[in-house]
Formats: sequence, C-alpha cells, structure tokens
Amino acid sequence: MKLGFFLKEAMRSMRRSAAPSFAALATVLVTMLVLGVFIPIVQATNGAADSVRGRVEVDVYMNTNATAADDQRVEHELLGLPHVKSVQFVSKQQAYQQQSAQNEQAYQLLGSNPLPDTFHVIPDNPSNVLAVHSEIAGSGSGGSSSGGQGPIDSSIATVSNKQSDTQKILEVTNLVTITAAVLTVLLVLASILLIANTIRLSLYARRREVEVMKLVGATDWFIRVPFVIEGVIVGAAGALLAVAVLGVTKVAVLDPLASSWGLIAAPRTIGFTGLVIVLLAAGTLVSAVGSGLSLRRFLRV
Amino acid sequence: MIAPREPQAVGPVPTARSVIDFRSVSKRYSSGDIGLDSVTFSIDRGDFVFLVGSTGSGKSTVMRLLIKELEPTGGTIRVAGHDLGEITRKRIAYYRRNLGVVFQDFKLLPGRTVYDNVAYALQVTGGTRRDIRDKVPDILRLTGLSTKLHNYPDQLSGGEQQRVSIARAFVNHPPLLLADEPTGNLDPETSVDIMRLLYRINRTGTTVLVATHDQAMVDKMRRRVLELSEGRIVRDEATGLYTRDETTREFARRMRQPPTRPSGV
Repeated sequence: MKLGFFLKEAMRSMRRSAAPSFAALATVLVTMLVLGVFIPIVQATNGAADSVRGRVEVDVYMNTNATAADDQRVEHELLGLPHVKSVQFVSKQQAYQQQSAQNEQAYQLLGSNPLPDTFHVIPDNPSNVLAVHSEIAGSGSGGSSSGGQGPIDSSIATVSNKQSDTQKILEVTNLVTITAAVLTVLLVLASILLIANTIRLSLYARRREVEVMKLVGATDWFIRVPFVIEGVIVGAAGALLAVAVLGVTKVAVLDPLASSWGLIAAPRTIGFTGLVIVLLAAGTLVSAVGSGLSLRRFLRV
Repeated sequence: MIAPREPQAVGPVPTARSVIDFRSVSKRYSSGDIGLDSVTFSIDRGDFVFLVGSTGSGKSTVMRLLIKELEPTGGTIRVAGHDLGEITRKRIAYYRRNLGVVFQDFKLLPGRTVYDNVAYALQVTGGTRRDIRDKVPDILRLTGLSTKLHNYPDQLSGGEQQRVSIARAFVNHPPLLLADEPTGNLDPETSVDIMRLLYRINRTGTTVLVATHDQAMVDKMRRRVLELSEGRIVRDEATGLYTRDETTREFARRMRQPPTRPSGV
C-alpha cells in the first residue's frame, strides 16, 4: 500500500517535470557509458603493463658467428655476475622455430636464419634489472672485469632490456587511467548535480503538496521518499539504457573483433555481468546522492 | 507510595479542561518586529473562540505558533497539556496529527479530485485503504460535498473549496481545529455556511479557534472573542453570552438575520 503510494507519487511528479528528468537521465546515461567503456580499457592496459613488468629480464644477443664454446663461456660469465638469478639459453634454431611459428610466411621468405643465439638473463629482483644490464653491457661505471667500455665478452653483440618498453606501456596505462578517472569524476559530478537540480525543480513544483503534507502531519521521511524514488528511478533508467547500449555494442562490434584483437580478449577484464552490476549500482548510488543533496538543502521540514 | 506529581503552579493554573494555554508568550521576529508581546490566555475544551484583530496584530503568529511552524521567543504554550517547547523536531509531525488546520487560501492540491484531496490527509498519516474508504465518504457527507467527489478544485466555488479543506482538516477527527481567516476569500452568504459547518464540527466536541477580521460575523456569532492589537490581548469577552446548546439550524437562522438595531431609532 505504502510502496504503491510512493511509486505513484514519484511517477506523477516525473510526468510533470519530464524535461529536467530527461536531462538528468541523459547525463547518467553518458556517465555510465563512459564508465562502462573505460573500466575494461583500463583493466586491459593495466594487464598488458603487468605482463610486461612480469617479464623483466636482460636479453643478451650473441654475434651471429658465435660458436658453441663462446656460448658456454658467456653463460658461465653471466651466471657469475651479482644479482643474476638464472640464465636461459635460446639457440638460433629454437628462436627461429618460435618466430616462424608466429609468422610463418615472413620467415619462409627470408630463407636463412637471421637470428642470433640469445641468453635471457633474469635478475633476482626486477628492480636490479638496470644493475645487471650495466654489468653485462659494461656501459656503466660499475668497473667490469674487462676494464674498458663494451660488453663483458667480445662475442656479445648487443645487450638489451625491456625497461624502455615497460616504461612506455606504464606511461600509456597511467595516461589512460588518469583520463578515465578525471572524465568519470567530472561526469559523476555532473550527474549528481543534474539529478539534484531535477529533484529541486520537482520540489519546487510540488511545494504546495509538501506544505500540505507537513500540515496534515506527514513525517519527514514520508515526505522525502517519493523524491528519492524519483531520483533513483531516473538514475537506474539511465544506467539501464547505458547497459543496453553497451550490450548492443559488445554483440555487434566487439565480439566479432575479439578473435582478431588480443587486447579485447585480455583475460583480466571484468565480465559483462559484473560490468552491468557495477553500472546499475553506480547509477543508483549517484542518483540517490543527488536527490539526498537536494532534499537536505531545499526541503525544510 | 509515590505521590502523583503536581504541576508546578506559576500564575493562574490552567484548568484541566483547557486545550490551549498561552502563558506570557512572546514572539520577536529576527527582523526586530514584535509578533506577540507577553500574551496569556487559555481556551477550554469544546470552546468556539474567535481571534480578531487588524492585519499585523499577531493573529497569524498565534496560529503559526500553535502548529509549531514558529517557536516562541518567550513563555510557554501548552496544547492538551503538552508543552510545545518539549516536542522535538521529529515529533512535530505526530503532534500535527492532533490538529486540523484551515487556511484562507484553502491549500488544496490542484491535480487531485475532492475525494483524493481528503484521502491525502489519511494516506500521509499512514491510513490504510480501508480507513480511507470508511472515513472519506462520511466526512464529505458531513461537509455537503457528496455530489462533488470527482470534481477538481478548479471546478468548485470558493465556498466548496473551503468545505473540502475543512473536510481534509477534520477527516482525522482532531480534538482541535484551527482556522486562519477561513472566510477571508468568501462572500457573506457563503461565509455563514462555512461558519455553520465549523459550528457543527464544534458541536461534535472539537475545540475550534478561528482567526478572522470579519467583525460583523464575530458580532453575530456571539462567541468568545479574543482581540489582539500589536501583539497584545486587548479584549477577551463574551464568554457565556451564548447558549451552548443552540442547534446548527437555530445558529444558521440567527446568523442570517440582519443585525439587530436598537429600537427607537
């Protein structure tokens, strides 16, 4: 009985102030769309950065003409360095097989094997990767045993680490995260304010009713509930529409792409059901806060 | 044995029958205007009392203090024995359920029918659907609105609108009915009807306090009159000048008579 009464009052009031209700609904819709798009993107970029960070290692590429004896000597030297946890040897043949499996046609065109023997040197701690790198490459002031500039062994062609790659990915991730956060915060604020404004207009339109309610002895919460319901309906409807739009986009655009684009299929992104729950909860919360704000300020009961 | 607590006697002790009791009540507005200046009076249960005075004399201040829309700056107000100063903000709603309030501008909800306007008072106070079905037709019959159930306020005359607002105020059968200028917007003939309705309600045992500046009406009614001027009570008279048991029919007949002139003029 009571819930029915409240719902009827809320609907009556929404019909009367359709334009501001629609504006608030549209803002919630946009906010939730942005949130719904950015949550998976941020997660995917973070996942990519993490996987790169997890593979912190120094790659030592031998000269293409290095012999097996050279390889053994270098492996021994590498294992003797401080902070080195393990050394993994990948021969040219192994590297060729790996690479050609990924891109068969290109390697068939090449005909011969251009790849060098490689050592993946894994430091005992990811933060020591730079120290290990300079030990091997000899470019640092670390005073390597060979004395001058250059790698510790003459048969080493180049030494690389993935520090710069990691750095780049981290920068991109941070940028995406910050952009998403700023955009979301701004849009959430706009949603809250617009819902607050909608409720304020609704309060104004119904000020006589509120006055009468007070006179005949309605309790404060009894007066407030229809307005809160109104706000929550607007917010939930906006979130539902956003979910519908996202669902259609996912089925029509993303799912066909997912098989050919690795990022979308990144296993760490939130599932669609989870996203729906998050968006609905956020939309409802935003609108409840908005209505509460307005009621607190403008409803003197 | 615990002795029953005696109310602390300060000044005239209100009788057990008093419904409204103002004890040196003052109201000073923040603008510096004085609304009431140390006003003391009390109204007995079942009384019909007029509160008269020109605009700005403090009539509305008394009304707004009684519905606890305003707080007095001095003195105490008791309604049915309860000190209004002790009613917390949260309890105001429950306190107001013991009052019926009628205003000059009716304060009806334009988007609702007569029936819904009256039912609203019950819905708001948590009345069940059955309550509404039982009480609303009764009160509409009492106020003579049975044929106007499904009309909207803008389809009614001023007098009918005021009847609706009285029906809404009385649907909960409150022990006290406050009317602030109930006939202020109405013609004399309609005003008599409204007064007759208020008198009928009064005869069911409800205390009625009417603020008005309709001097002719007050003179004809011959009820107790409290006159306010610049926030002070300047007249409190006519108690007992009327017969309490006058029927509403007799009442109406008397009200419709032209004012009696002294003979020999």
